[in-house]
Amino acid sequence: MNAIRPSAAISLLLGALPFVTTTSSAQQAFDRTKAPALGEPAALVVPRVNAATLPNGITLKVVEQRELPLVQIIASFEGGSRLDGNHPGMATFMAGMLDEGAGKRNATELQSELAYLGASLGTGSDWDAFTVSLKVPVRSLAPALDLMADVVMRPVFGADDIRRQRDLRFAGLLQTRDQPNALAGLAFNQVLYPANHPYHRSATGDSTAIMALDSSTVRAFYRRTIRPERATFIVVGDITLAAARQAIAARFGQWRPGGGTASVPAITAIPVARQHSQVFLVDKPDAAQSVISIGWPGVDRRSPDYAALMVMNTILGGSFTSRLNMNLRETKGYSYGARSGFSFRKAPGPFTASAAVRTNVTDSSLVEFFRELRRIRDTLVSTSELARAKAYVELGLPASLESTSQVANQLADLGNHGLSFEELTRFAASVRRITPAEVQRVAQRHLTPDQSTIVVVGDVARIKVTIEALGLGPITQLPVNEIVK
Amino acid sequence: MHWLAFVLICATPLVAAAQTAPLKVPATVDTLANGLTLIVHEDHSVPTVSTNVWYLVGSGDEKVGRTGFAHLFEHVMFMGSQHAPYPEFDTRLEAAGANNNGTTNEDRTAYYESGPSNSLPLMMWLEADRMGWLLPTMDQAKLDAQRDIVKNERRQGVENQPYGVSEDLLSPALYPKGHPYSWPVIGSMADLSAASLEDVKEFFRTYYAPNNAVIVVAGAVKSDSVRRIVREMFSDIARGPAITRAAPPAFTVKDTVMVAEDRVQLPRVYLNWHSVKAFHQDDAALDLTAYLLTGARNARLTNTLVYEREVATNVQAFNGSKKLDGDFGVYATARPGKHLNEVRASIDAEVARLGREGPAPRELEQAKNAFESRFLNRLEFASAKSEQMNHYYYFTGKPDGFQADLDRYRAVTAEDIKRVVSQYLTGPRVMLSIVPIGKKDLAATRGAVQ
Repeated sequence: MNAIRPSAAISLLLGALPFVTTTSSAQQAFDRTKAPALGEPAALVVPRVNAATLPNGITLKVVEQRELPLVQIIASFEGGSRLDGNHPGMATFMAGMLDEGAGKRNATELQSELAYLGASLGTGSDWDAFTVSLKVPVRSLAPALDLMADVVMRPVFGADDIRRQRDLRFAGLLQTRDQPNALAGLAFNQVLYPANHPYHRSATGDSTAIMALDSSTVRAFYRRTIRPERATFIVVGDITLAAARQAIAARFGQWRPGGGTASVPAITAIPVARQHSQVFLVDKPDAAQSVISIGWPGVDRRSPDYAALMVMNTILGGSFTSRLNMNLRETKGYSYGARSGFSFRKAPGPFTASAAVRTNVTDSSLVEFFRELRRIRDTLVSTSELARAKAYVELGLPASLESTSQVANQLADLGNHGLSFEELTRFAASVRRITPAEVQRVAQRHLTPDQSTIVVVGDVARIKVTIEALGLGPITQLPVNEIVK
Repeated sequence: MHWLAFVLICATPLVAAAQTAPLKVPATVDTLANGLTLIVHEDHSVPTVSTNVWYLVGSGDEKVGRTGFAHLFEHVMFMGSQHAPYPEFDTRLEAAGANNNGTTNEDRTAYYESGPSNSLPLMMWLEADRMGWLLPTMDQAKLDAQRDIVKNERRQGVENQPYGVSEDLLSPALYPKGHPYSWPVIGSMADLSAASLEDVKEFFRTYYAPNNAVIVVAGAVKSDSVRRIVREMFSDIARGPAITRAAPPAFTVKDTVMVAEDRVQLPRVYLNWHSVKAFHQDDAALDLTAYLLTGARNARLTNTLVYEREVATNVQAFNGSKKLDGDFGVYATARPGKHLNEVRASIDAEVARLGREGPAPRELEQAKNAFESRFLNRLEFASAKSEQMNHYYYFTGKPDGFQADLDRYRAVTAEDIKRVVSQYLTGPRVMLSIVPIGKKDLAATRGAVQ
């Protein structure tokens, strides 16, 4: 196929225009040598949230979204894996058990009924909250909500079901021994956080904790955590506030469980503050790639530097054209993708920069990681790079509010941090104000490449010597048995 | 608990209300003189637009010795064009607040963008420029760069992934040599190394032409404006050659047993049968069969293998129907201490039983209702709608194929399920066991009865 050269394009356009209706005698010829000028993007419009509180303490938030006859409900309960304490894995396990038998139905019956209604129900836990979420066509909302009520208020925690899920979780733990990304994550958190810090241990637990799970301990944990006074019910979709309130109150309004509520413990353990960087190797013999994770403790979601950090991180490793990705993937070809990010939880989660790289360029990749981590601190970012990152962050917001699930999830996540959709508008305005000096300020404050934790999961026999030669810091090898206990 | 018993003793069965409004995704279809097809669907729910460009070429069009080329070419498409030199494709879109990516499968290569609706002219300008003006800036260095990246992608998904080796083993064992689906989309390392700049140019001239492309635009846009922009930007790209695809050879599967060792803790068995192409009269029944086997906890295989007998940690069935042909697969990972023969025997027994007895009425209704909800959920995203519309247009000739698609599932009967299970899932197949190194004794062997 021969492409038409630009100089010929104009005469061709004037000569043969079978599909363009000319309304004036002077038709502007399209100049493909320049990118088209774009109109103004639409201003961000955040959904309107109607809130109410039920007498038993449940907070209700409703967003009407009528595009499709669907309803998405998220019941979010304060706490999450932060409450594991001496039972690592308890929060995620308890959450998973909620729908493994509830009310009069066992696990298979329950899911069968939900699926028959065209509904899907999920349960889970992250570091800060437990969630039970239901998505259903609005015509089947009533019976589906009855089933959700069973899951939230009447989970069975049967001994046989607990045993089955415990065994499955144990098998999953076994398999992480061969999963390089899972090993990297487990090792990273273990060395970054001290033993008495909630983030030190896996949210999935270890074998001792898993095998100790039983009905009574799981039920006791449930009673202290899944309670109306800790609950926010978010309803998004083809429903009015009045109808949503009636539906939720009818099923959950009389819920007043006895017993006490768990308090979310303050985190007193202080993450490791290194004087210099330290390297941890995990052996995966014959690995085709090394999985590299570099990081340190970050900040929490309410940090005043949040907007500036989002912009800075977009430039560093939060987009395709970010420095880490363009360097390690596009320019050097070491990886299929490199990224960085802060985990903004209620307590400071880690900053992590990571990539899976070809084994024989593990050392070179580390050099490039540190080059980029230092460069963004040492030099101001260019105005074009900054403008692109700000636009990417700010103008991407409307797309994140398209579906009922996106709206509900964002509302739940914001709610965990005491925020609502007004925050998105404030955030957009903050992003617009970010300057190159701001980017450098937060880079210097929150990126500490000279006091980093470096974890590499790969073929130690092939990579250790070359990593040593870099002189990044003392090297310790972590046996897989110690990481996956 | 036997599945029949649960129907009798469970709590009051709920009756699902019938589907109310039919699914409608109105779209206009235009074809330019150069063969380019444009499909536009207006959706003003949020001020965003999604574009989805299909080039009707996939790994199934590759030549033996050049596997993985269609996907490698996809990568090369992002390396800049005459008026949008690298890396402007990505930097300009990000500067407009838009995301983009591409994906290749056996039958097509899709390129998609999603962003604020005012960014549509930019998306179209960039897509037109690489459709018409990719080669002037194409060189060996760009090919070499993306080749390295694709090899990393392969390492990440195959070589460095537990059980990843299955990708290299299953399709060559099921499909005969030379069949368009007999190699994985990612291709082999050797073939990726062999790809040349001349291959790139020839591939572009053959397949990356307006008459082999379909653009779907869905979002907060006006159809007239979109048509005007596309005509303006794409009309002077010359038509390419007509593409014909030979029908793949008919074949019968030779019952095959394979064993591979890998760095895994638990053995896994894969079963693969030859089935039918997409939208074949048995395709919908096979999609529903996959759900009936593993689509929910009460599904035949999930319930038996994971809940009742506890021989597997997970089990997954899928109907891989494609443009020219198809395959149906089931894989399951053994629980610690369980042998793959027990897993395989359970799978075969349950599949055979489904073929003999068919699903119960409520069981089949559950599957159909679950499918309907998947349709509804997909309609929430302009990006998902645009990909689906391209799919429907290519496979059925109509972009708004949503209700017709749903109708073909609704039309499936229990007898259909019995028939397709018996016809396609009880005969010769490929069986692959992936076992820990040194543990070939854990592999599944051919059973006495299938």
